[in-house]
Amino acid sequence: MSAVDPQTIIAKRIAQELRSGMLVNLGIGIPTMVANYVPAEVKIFFQSENGLIGTGPIPEQGMGHRLLTDAGGRPVTALPGACTFDSAMSFGLIRGGHVDITVLGALQVDTHGLLANWMIPGKMVPGMGGAMDLVTGAKRVIIAMQHTAKGKPKIVNKCTLPLTSARPVDLVVSEMAVIEYVGGRATLLETGPGVSVEEVIAATEAQLTIPNKVPEMRL
Amino acid sequence: MKTVSAVDAVALIPNGATLMIGGFMGVGTPERLIDELVRQRKSDLTVIANDTAMPGCGIGKLVDAGLVGRTIASHIGLNPETQKQMIAGKMAVDLVPQGTLIERIRAGGFGLGGVLTPTGVGTVVEEGKQKVQINGSTYLVETALHADFALIDAFLADYLGNLSYALTARNFNPVIAMAAETTIVTAEHIVPVGLIAPDHVITPAPLIDYLVTS
Repeated sequence: MSAVDPQTIIAKRIAQELRSGMLVNLGIGIPTMVANYVPAEVKIFFQSENGLIGTGPIPEQGMGHRLLTDAGGRPVTALPGACTFDSAMSFGLIRGGHVDITVLGALQVDTHGLLANWMIPGKMVPGMGGAMDLVTGAKRVIIAMQHTAKGKPKIVNKCTLPLTSARPVDLVVSEMAVIEYVGGRATLLETGPGVSVEEVIAATEAQLTIPNKVPEMRL
Repeated sequence: MKTVSAVDAVALIPNGATLMIGGFMGVGTPERLIDELVRQRKSDLTVIANDTAMPGCGIGKLVDAGLVGRTIASHIGLNPETQKQMIAGKMAVDLVPQGTLIERIRAGGFGLGGVLTPTGVGTVVEEGKQKVQINGSTYLVETALHADFALIDAFLADYLGNLSYALTARNFNPVIAMAAETTIVTAEHIVPVGLIAPDHVITPAPLIDYLVTS
């Protein structure tokens, strides 16, 4: 597995969290890749927050429809059984707790699971889009991110960047670790392929709770 | 409801008007009205919309032409020109969480003073806002939004003004149709009255003031 790139490890591991019948919203970037690793027999309802449930794969070249796009404005397909709706309905689904899982990227996650993923003051001010509603309202929030950025830990004691929500995330999956927030504490559940517990600790600023046995991810 | 040309419809809009504009990254945006706003140089506009699309597309064309004085949107990340004008102080930008933005518009159209939402509690979004506790949970008071004009793009319109939408081009359109003093619609197809089945009408005809037919 060592030849597999970090993004693929993360996407494959998160795909294992999805169950048939779930309503799932994937963010842009690594989260979008999760859909590629869901087994064919697992039937997920993927939501695009611009107003679609039943989002399918990216169309082949020339087969896109200009009025059928994802939340990033890129062409997508609608699977048989898909449905469309307006933005009030879309965010009612999100904020109202009807979305089972959202998978999002992160700039920082802290000791208690608080997330910063929407702005870097003075540098990147894109707007929060749907991120604040997703983190506040989804039943389960999973973070897909590389463990460090330019060698610096992204799982920190306290976020220095503006928070996305007062609601903590539930699970963080990186290429080095699976970390769950159990009772508000960051707990190391699994290590990445070929990664030791010590290496995870060294690459993490936040205090981790380490169970007696920490298995390696099975991909 | 009156049928009008795009030229005459946009001539109704004064400089400094507040516009709600449908669309999500340009999909479901009334492009002909945008082009006409640029041609008639309607300036100092306040735009309330999900995003400002990208340069050369949808609302991005208004930004390119320097016609927007203020934007209320959830996302401007894919339009570097909006960010440039914001940083240069040429355009005021209020960033609002997407679910809060659409609910503020909905409240405006549904006769409500605002909504209570948990989104934004504990973040910079709560600054300057009233907070209330209900059954042990904290909510922000988010006030209703209104506009002078709603610029709507539909898939089907009949000659009464009934509208239906296609795929992901629906987005903000039916919601802004409720929240503006005057509504102007462009449609992909204009069809005889009765052709859109009652169950498929998303925006009822009495909400529409002007249908662009040429």
